[in-house]
Amino acid sequence: MNLSQTVLGITFENPTVLASGILGITSSTWKDVAKKGAGGITTKSLWAKEHKGHPNPTIIETDHWMLNAVGLPDAGPAKANEEIADFMKDHPVPLIANIVAGLIDDYAKTAEGIVPLKPDAFEVNISCPNVEDEFGKPFACSAPDAAKVTAAVKKVIGDIPMFVKLSPNVDHIGEIAKACLAEGADGFTVINTVGPGMAIDLRSRMPILANKVGGLSGPAIKPIAVKCIADVYAATDGKCPIIGTGGVYTGEDALEMILAGATLIGIGSAVSRHGAEVFAEVCEGMQYWCTNEGIDDISSMVGGMHKELASRNA
Amino acid sequence: MSSISLQSRLPKTYRIKAITQETEMVRTYTFDGSLGAKPGQFLMLWLPGVDEKPFSVAFDDGSETKITFFAVGPMSEALAQSKVGDLVGLRGPFGTSYEWEAGDHIVLVAGGYGAAPMFFVASEAVKHGCTLEAIVGARGKEHLLYLKELESLQHVSLHVSTDDGSVGHKGYNTEVLDQLLEASADPDAKDPPIDRVFACGPEMMLKSVLTVSEKHKVPCQLSLERYMKCGFGICGNCVMDPTGMRLCIEGPVVSGDVCAKLTEFGKYHRDDIGKKHEF
Repeated sequence: MNLSQTVLGITFENPTVLASGILGITSSTWKDVAKKGAGGITTKSLWAKEHKGHPNPTIIETDHWMLNAVGLPDAGPAKANEEIADFMKDHPVPLIANIVAGLIDDYAKTAEGIVPLKPDAFEVNISCPNVEDEFGKPFACSAPDAAKVTAAVKKVIGDIPMFVKLSPNVDHIGEIAKACLAEGADGFTVINTVGPGMAIDLRSRMPILANKVGGLSGPAIKPIAVKCIADVYAATDGKCPIIGTGGVYTGEDALEMILAGATLIGIGSAVSRHGAEVFAEVCEGMQYWCTNEGIDDISSMVGGMHKELASRNA
Repeated sequence: MSSISLQSRLPKTYRIKAITQETEMVRTYTFDGSLGAKPGQFLMLWLPGVDEKPFSVAFDDGSETKITFFAVGPMSEALAQSKVGDLVGLRGPFGTSYEWEAGDHIVLVAGGYGAAPMFFVASEAVKHGCTLEAIVGARGKEHLLYLKELESLQHVSLHVSTDDGSVGHKGYNTEVLDQLLEASADPDAKDPPIDRVFACGPEMMLKSVLTVSEKHKVPCQLSLERYMKCGFGICGNCVMDPTGMRLCIEGPVVSGDVCAKLTEFGKYHRDDIGKKHEF
C-alpha cells in the first residue's frame, strides 16, 4: 500500500503534514514531528519583522472544539533564518514556509526574506480570523484581495510552489480559489479556522480568550472542511493540489478529505490529544482501511467522490 | 504521558478563599476548589480581562488549591491587587509531577518561591513513609518561605541557607546539598542513604543541583520553567532544544538525565514570540 504523494514535484513519504501554527516554532520541534511520522512540516506564520501575538488565554479546548487566538506571534527574519537553515541541513521531510503580512504589499517582503532559505514550498496565510482588530477582514474573504496577494508573492518566489491558505468564512470559496489560480497559485490549503467564535465564562461574564474571539478548529469543523475541499476541487477542475485541513483525527477522517479532493492532509488540533504520534496513527489508519478495501495507492483516492458522482450522472 | 482526560482545558472560575502575605512581595492565595493536582504540576491562572500565566501548584488537598507567587510583572501585580472573594479562572493541572517510592530518603532543594511546591511534595511524601531533608535558600532571611510549614511536618529536617548569611548557612543551598550528599555517602552515616534529589528554583540553581547530584551519582528531578501558552502541548511555545520536547507535557518536572541532554538548559530560553534570551 503506497501512501507517498508527489505534489508539484515534491515527494511526501506520506500525505500527512503538520498544519501551520501547531508546534511550529523551532527546528528541533519540526525534526521531532518528522521523526514521529509527519510526511511534511509547515512552519508557524513568518513575518517580515517581529510580531507580537495576543495575551493569554490564547487556546482553549473541549472534547468537541478548540478555539484559538494566538495572534500570529513571530520573532522575525533572524529567527526564521536560524531555524529554517538548521532544519534544511538535515531536511528529513519537505518544509512548507507559511508566510503572512498585514498589508497586501508586505507579503512580498516576507516571502523575499525566506526565498534564499529554499523551503520546498510556500503557504500564504491570507485567512487568519483572529487578527481582524489589527488588520481588518482577512484577504481570503475578497477575491480581488486574495488575487493581489497571490500575484505579489508569485513575483518574488520564482519556481518555489505556492499554496494559498483559504478561509471557510466566505460565501463562495471556489471563486476565491479561481481568482488566486489566475494569478499563479499552484495549490491551496483548505481550510483555515472557522468563525471566529467566542466562549464566555459564566461567573465572570467575560469572554475567555483575551482577544475575545478566536478561530474554531477540532472535530466540529471537519464537515465544513470536507465541503470546502470539495468546492475548491470542483472550481479548479481537480487540477490543483489541495492540503485538506480541519478536524482530522483518524485515518478515516483523512481518507474522507482525500475523496473530497485533498492530496495532502494537514493535521493540527489533533496533536493536543494524541501528541505528534497522531501522524503515524493517521497513516496506520489509512493503510489499514485501504488494505482491507484492496486499494494499493493512495493517489487513486484523490477526488474519488467527484469521480463517483460524475460516473453516476453519466 | 500526562493525565489528559482529567485536565480542564477551559478555565473554570473559582473564588479566592484566603490570602496569606508570606513576605513583603510574596503571597499565597487559596481557591475554593481542587483540580486534583499532584506535587510539581502547574495550572494556568486566568485573571479575566488581564492575562493568564502558569503557576506551580503550592497545595491541592482535593478540596482547595493554593498558589504562592511573587509579584514580578503586570499579570502577577494585578493578581496581587485581588481580594478575598474575587474570581480567577483556573485550568489544569498540567504536566509531570515529582515521583518517589514509599520509604525514600529525599532531599528537597528550594530556591526562592520554589519552596511552595517543595512543601507540597513534602506533605505528600511523608504520607508514603518518606524521610526528607528540605533545604530552603533565599537571598536573605526576609525572603525565606514555608519554613514553619516544613518544620511542622514529621520526618522532615529543615536546612536553611541565605546568600547574606542572615540565617542558616551563608551561601547557596546547593552547597548544603553537596554536604548532605557527601555525608550520606559515608558508610558510617547514621541515616539511610539519599535516594533522590528534587529541586525547584531559578534555572542556574537547578543547573548547579544537577552538577552536584551527578557528582554524587544520586538521581534528581528538576522543575523547569519556560513561556507557556496553551499548557497542553499544542502551541509549541515551551519546546526545548535539541529534542523539541514540550515542557508543558514532558515537564515541568524533568529528570536530571533528560536535563543533561537539553542543550538550552542553563543557557537560554524563548519568550512569547519565540525569541531566544540567555540566562
